[in-house]
This record gives sequence, C-alpha cells and structure tokens, in this order.
Amino acid sequence: MTTAANPSVTAGEQKQKRTKREIDTRPLLWPSVIVLFLWMIVPLGMTIYFSFIRYNLLNPDISGFAGTENYAFLFEDPALWASLWNTLILTGSVLVITVVFGTLLAVLYNREFFGRGVARLLVIAPFFVMPTVSALIWKNMMMHPVYGFLSWLQSSVGLTPIDWFTHYPMLSIIIIVSWQWVPFAFLILLTAIQSLDKEQQEAARIDGAGPIAMFFHITLPHLARAISVVIMIETIFLLTIFAEIYVTTSGGPGLATTNLAFLIYSVGLLQFDVGYASAGGVIAVILANIVAIVLVRTVSRNLHQT
Amino acid sequence: MAEVTLRNIRKAYGDVQVIKGVDLEIKDREFAVFVGPSGCGKSTLLRMIAGLEEITDGELSIGGRRVNDLSPSERGISMVFQTYALYPHMTVRENMGFSLKLAKLPKAEIKQKVDEAARILKLEPLLDRKPKALSGGQRQRVAIGRAIVRNPQVFLFDEPLSNLDAALRVQMRIEIARMHSDFDATMIYVTHDQVEAMTMADKIVVLRDGIVEQVGSPLELYHHPGNRFVASFIGSPTMNFLETEIQAIESGSVTVGLPGGSRIKVPVEGEGHTPGEKVTLGVRPEHMVEGGGADGEIRASVLVVERLGGSTFTHAEVEGNEVITAALEGNSEVKMRDQVLLGIKADTCHLFGSDGIAFKQIERHPLADIARAAPAAH
Amino acid sequence: MKQMANEKRWTTVIAWLVALVIFFPIFWMALTAFKTETEAFSVPPSLFFSPTLDNFVEVFARSDYLKFAWNSVAVSFGSTLLALAFAIPAAYAMAFFPTKRTPGTLLWMLSTKMMPPVGVLIPIYLLFRDMGLLDTVTGLLIVFTLINLPIVIWMLYTYFKDVPGEIMEASRVDGATPMQQLFLLLIPLSLPGIASTGLLTVILAWNEAFWSLNLTSSQGAPLTAFIASFSSPQGLFWAKLSAASVMAILPIMIVGWMSQKQLVQGLTFGAVK
Repeated sequence: MTTAANPSVTAGEQKQKRTKREIDTRPLLWPSVIVLFLWMIVPLGMTIYFSFIRYNLLNPDISGFAGTENYAFLFEDPALWASLWNTLILTGSVLVITVVFGTLLAVLYNREFFGRGVARLLVIAPFFVMPTVSALIWKNMMMHPVYGFLSWLQSSVGLTPIDWFTHYPMLSIIIIVSWQWVPFAFLILLTAIQSLDKEQQEAARIDGAGPIAMFFHITLPHLARAISVVIMIETIFLLTIFAEIYVTTSGGPGLATTNLAFLIYSVGLLQFDVGYASAGGVIAVILANIVAIVLVRTVSRNLHQT
Repeated sequence: MAEVTLRNIRKAYGDVQVIKGVDLEIKDREFAVFVGPSGCGKSTLLRMIAGLEEITDGELSIGGRRVNDLSPSERGISMVFQTYALYPHMTVRENMGFSLKLAKLPKAEIKQKVDEAARILKLEPLLDRKPKALSGGQRQRVAIGRAIVRNPQVFLFDEPLSNLDAALRVQMRIEIARMHSDFDATMIYVTHDQVEAMTMADKIVVLRDGIVEQVGSPLELYHHPGNRFVASFIGSPTMNFLETEIQAIESGSVTVGLPGGSRIKVPVEGEGHTPGEKVTLGVRPEHMVEGGGADGEIRASVLVVERLGGSTFTHAEVEGNEVITAALEGNSEVKMRDQVLLGIKADTCHLFGSDGIAFKQIERHPLADIARAAPAAH
Repeated sequence: MKQMANEKRWTTVIAWLVALVIFFPIFWMALTAFKTETEAFSVPPSLFFSPTLDNFVEVFARSDYLKFAWNSVAVSFGSTLLALAFAIPAAYAMAFFPTKRTPGTLLWMLSTKMMPPVGVLIPIYLLFRDMGLLDTVTGLLIVFTLINLPIVIWMLYTYFKDVPGEIMEASRVDGATPMQQLFLLLIPLSLPGIASTGLLTVILAWNEAFWSLNLTSSQGAPLTAFIASFSSPQGLFWAKLSAASVMAILPIMIVGWMSQKQLVQGLTFGAVK
C-alpha cells in the first residue's frame, strides 16, 4: 500500500493503522535470528581468519599473517587430495546404495503383507542407533576377523574370513554408513510412495501396465522429487561423516579412510595446527555450500507451492 | 440503533483494486444479503466491516460511530464463519464463553449468558462436548451461539451454510431468519447462492468486480433488475436473453421483434432510443406458457425436457439457433423434438440496451416494495 | 485370486527376510548383552546360552553409566526445551505476521543447518576452551540448541501455518490480543505438532556424535561419547559394551518408532509429506 497509489490516504492514517493491526514482531523473531547469526557467522568468520594466519596451539612462537600459505601447503599435501577422494568415494557410494536400496525397499514395503507394520519398524531401526554404537557393533560383533559374526559365516561355508578393516577399510566404512542411512532413504521414499495416487495406479493397471512398466513409468517419476531431497540431505551429512571413522579406523590404515572432516579434526585437534585445519574447514564449507544452494532452491520452490 | 453505513469504501492490495468504491446504507435491524459470483468482493467487503481487513479508503460507521480504525472486538459486531471456526480444543461452553472470558466478565455472568444462548439454540445437552463430537448443523449452531453471547449490534455471516448438506441448509436458513426476527440486530449475510439471498433478505446487494450492481428488495431485483447482470443472476432457471432490435417506439412502449418474425410490444420507457437499435429481450422461463395466445409468440423445437413434477423445464431451440428455457406446467405433455408455441406476456418482459442497462418499466410491480414482516410493535 | 494370495505370500517372505537381515546387527548386539564375556567371544557364536543380567549390573556399578545417561538426558531434553522457547515466538511471528523478508529469513535459517560442522569446529573449540565450556553439559546444550533451532522453527512454522486462519480471525472478533492468540489458541492447538517436533530434536540430540566427541571427554560427555570410549583396546568387553549400548539406544528407538511421520517432515524440512 503506497501513498502514491492512493493519494487520499495520508501518512498519518497509515501509521495509525499499522499500530492497530500489527504487533511488533521483533522481540519474537530477533532472539532466534541473533543466536543463529552468532552461531554461524562468528565462527565462520574466525575460520576464514585463522586460515590466513600462522596459528599452532602447541607452538606460540609461530604467528603472524600467513597469506595463502596455509592453502598452498594444503593443496600440496597429499593428505588433502586423499581425503577429498575418500570423501567423494564414501559420499558417492553411500548415496547410490541408499537410494537404490531405499527405493526397492519402499516399493516392497508399500505392498500388503503379513506383519507389515512390525517389519517396517525393524527396517528403520538402524537409523535410530547412535553412530558410535552402530560403528562398534559392526567393528566388533560383525566384522571382527576372529570373533565377528561375518567371519563365522564365511568360515562355516569354508571361506577364509576377511579382515575387513585391514584389507577393505573403506568398504567397511561404506557398509556401516549405508546400513545407517538406507533406513533414512527408505523412510522418506516410503512416505512419498504412499502419497502416490491410487486411482492413477489403477488406471495404469487397466491400461495394461505390468509391475515393471508401473515402476518405471508411474512410481519412479513420482519419487523423483523425494529422491532428490534424499540425495541432497544425505550429501550434507555424508560429506562430514566423522563418528564412524573415529570409532573404527581413526582414518587409517594410513590415510585409507581419512575424509575431509577427519583430516580437519586430526590436523586441528590432534596436531593443533589451527591455521592449516581452518583452511581445510573453508574448503569443506565451500563444498557443502554448493550442495546447500541446490537444496535451498528445491525447498524454496516447495515453500512457494504451499 | 445499529445502522451500518459505507461511504466510498475501497480496498486495494498494492495496485489491485478489489473493492472499487462502495456506498451503502444498511438500516437498523435490516437483514442485508451480499450476493454475487465468486471473486466479486462480497466476502472482502464483509471482512472489512468486521475489521479483519483494513479499509484502504472511505468511511465505515456502525451505529453512527466511525469504526475504520477500531479492532474487530471493539466494533460491536460478531461473525459466523463459513468453516464455523470453532476452537477445537475447547468445549461448546468454552467456545461460546471465550469472548466474555477475554473481556474479563465475572464467571457467573458468563455462565448465565452462555446458558441463555444455549437455551435459545437448544444446545444445552451439548455444552460439554468438543466441536469434533458435533454434527455440521450443531457446529453451525455453536458458531451462532458464540456470536449471540456477545450481544452484538450487528451479526455478520460469511457463507455460513455452504458447508452443510441441502436439507440442513434449508432448515438453518429458516432458523437464521427466525433468529433475525427474535433479535433486535442488524444482520449482514454473504452468499453466492441467490436462493438464500431471495429467501432471507430484506435488502439484497448484488456485487460484481468490487462494484455494487444493484440494491433492492428481493422482488424488486426480480421484477425490476437494473441491468442484464442482475437479471441473469437473480432467478432460477436463468432468464432467457434474445438478441433483437427495436422496431417501433411509442409513448409507454417499445416494440421489438421475436424469433420467427412476430413482434411484441413491451411496456417500457423508450425515450432516448431509436428504432433499429440492437437490444436484448429478457424473459424469465417461468413467464412463458405453452400454446401461445399471449402478447407474443415464439415457435421453438424442443431439445431436452426435464420433468421436475411441479414444473417442466423445456429447453428449446428458436430460429437463429438460440436455445431458450421455459418452465412449463408440471403436467405439460411436451416431448423431445416436438414443435411448441411459447407465449409471452408483455408486462413480464425486460429490455436491455447494448450497454446492458435495463429500459425503465412503466409499471412498478405491486410487490416490489413489500416488507417481510409487519412492523414490530415496540 | 489365487495368484494374488500367492503373491502376498512371497512378499511376506521376502520382506521379512530383508527386515531380519537389516535388523540382525542390532538383534545380535542385544543378544550379546545377555551373554557372559566368554560367551560373547566364543567361536562358533553361542546361540543357546543362559541369559544373564550381570553385564547390566556391572555397567551400572563400574562405569559412571548413570552420569553419562544423565548428561544425555540433560542435553537432549534441555536443548529441545530451549530450542522450543526460542522457536515458538519466532515461528509465530513469521507464520502470522509475515513481511516481505519472511521467506528469506526462513531460508537463511535453514541454510545455517547446511553449514558443515567441521567448517566451524576449530573456532568453536577454541571459544569453548576460552570460556570454560569444554567438557561441560552447558556447552553441549548450547550447541545442540543451536544446531536444532532451524529445524524446530521450520517445523513449527509449518504446523502454525496449518491452523485454519478463520479460527484466528474468530478469536480476533472475540477480542483476543496477539499474545492471547498465541497462548490460548495456537500453542494448545499445535500441541501435537510441538510435541513431535520436540521428539525429533530429542532424537537428533541424543544421537549427535560429532560435537559430543569433539567437545566433551568425561565430565560433560553424553552416551554417544561414552560408548565411543569402548573402541579403545582396553574396552574389549563386548558383553558390557552391548549392555551399555542397548540401554543407550532403546529409549530413543522407541521414541523414533512412534514418531516416524513427523521425522520425515522434520528431516526433509517439509519437502516430503
């Protein structure tokens, strides 16, 4: 409502109306805005600042402006490239596994069968297990080369038990993380599949669509949006997988399972090279932002729809 | 005394005008109905009177008091919403007493007022139930009860019956009409249903595109629509419109052609018009009779026959491929593909110029200004 | 008809098989919790054994299990209540008194959730160290409140938006002030939504591992960090680890099972319903 569009309304009247109908929302909204601002912007600014200085907690003599030195070291450090590669492998494989299995499970569990409710609860259970517990279950009771359940399975069919964390460290991590995140993908996709129009399915069946055609022409297109949401949200979490690695391999053997998050942790909080670790942090933020922008776009489209 | 006066009321969202200057006078204890197609601004207008929408420009007074800047609760109004808008977490008693509780009335007084309203609306057995446990009609009654306890000067209704099924709607219509005669309150009622408007109103306000098209009593709008829009909106089935031209103008009548070549002399004021001018002849379906012999005749071939028992809606094609509807007698024997002769009485005809404005009728219908009730003896 | 019955039988078999395979590690751990340490290490694994509660007793007796459990309860419920206290007014303001900036504010709040924690780990660690918040329940409580705040605001916003506008208008006609609308209508009406939002944040906080591993070690450590201490060589007590783990995950799994639907909405910011 502008005065230009409506000359007969004077500024005074407008002001009066505003005080009548609208309340001052600042005391309601600003506490949240301020704390979130402090929580994100201040540490982020510090991270960026640290990444340009020499700063080691163990050695106070090292100080001063570093310029792009930290970044230069970082980019020359094979650990960075190894960790980036590991991050990519871990994130990518888990994404593929969870989306594929999540979709198949959602289709399967959307069908009527005996005890469906209980079976569903069992499938989503791993998602509620805290990361440290699931990592330890797998490390000790499943994948242990001597006492693990998998080793027993293998030896009982005459195979040599695999020493998972020594020979296939990354695969082991991928299995653990996938086990945790398949239920997430499943839960989201099952919810999405349940909103599939029954009449549309019936119409397709009357038109002669078999189960395969139904899946590719009706179900999958309907799930496309939910799948993209799953991918983006998982990506945000998977890019910074930490507890599973911390508990099982500590990034090893060598750098075999060091991802970007673990590298930053070990450089910053184990070697106390704050400047160097902060440069890594900046890289992680940039990576996550690329994903975040896409996600925020999708969600905001949803916001405008409703 | 609670007359509601609107002076050049306007509403704009940014540059979009939705109410384009409404002047209206609703008298004390009058039952006014705002009617119009969806999007005509009738609900917006009501919400502006309620204080739920700001008034962009103009002046609104209730009971002689300017209320533009008062909050809804200060305006002496209460409102019944389309979805009833009961508070789901409160019992019927709490729903009805909520406004009194907010106004910090003593508990005993709240109880007495709620009980009184419940007695009038026969809600006593339901007072401790939650809205969830009520039927649609009962919820509606609670919503009305909540409006009553505030003892308002003006009741506002926003399409209150549109969520009810047909039978209940008729029943509630009667109850609201009775309520109006029992309470000394002004009522403003919004609906898109012209039957509701016709049956309940003292005064109908027909709106289109944020403009008042016509204000008048139900029969005034029925017999003397000011323009083609009002003529088509009021009455069911819709009035027939036949494109024709003026053949002769005399003092007190205008003669126009009918499909098939015959003509009819319509008793309207023809001043300012010229023979040869294109006009529209309007005839209500219920004003057509089978067999001709009236002031004018139209030959038509029957396309569809709808037998309602009491009357027979006959849709027929006339010369020039126009389809008209005639509400014939219930025991008419017309069949599909019959040729029928339809008779029209001249004094039931309406004539509209090319701008849609009605020609002034010479004689005013005797019931056009009839009151709904004898003046109350106060 | 017969074919359909057959189909259903196969679906039942396959679906249950899959469910049992996925659930097996949890089941196996639960089983181990009732074994003796020797049985836990036996090859082949012992399926038939006389269950014992010794592990549970010992976890309670030997480690400060109760302290860690209390820390978990305190940080997850405390941060949830705190987040709700911040979020309810904010979501109310944005849902019912929106301005041109409201969509932008909402998206900005969401975007803070997208920030990877490693990006700010170092400064937070140093700030907490300087403020004496390392290894304290208070410190963790602050962090959990902040990481869950965007989700809570977002979820409450959608729940508040679902409250029919006419009810709020009816209350205005009845004379309710904005604060009365909030406390007498909105909060009671959205109580189920507020509760499920709370459940979701309790789950997320209970299972959070990144910050609890990095910011706490003993005094302020919740169960996630406590369980992680079993990964060290001296912690090779599988039966006790299992007993501790069962107790750590059981309550939250039950809560999670009960609030599946809300979880989906919360985790996808309402993009999947």
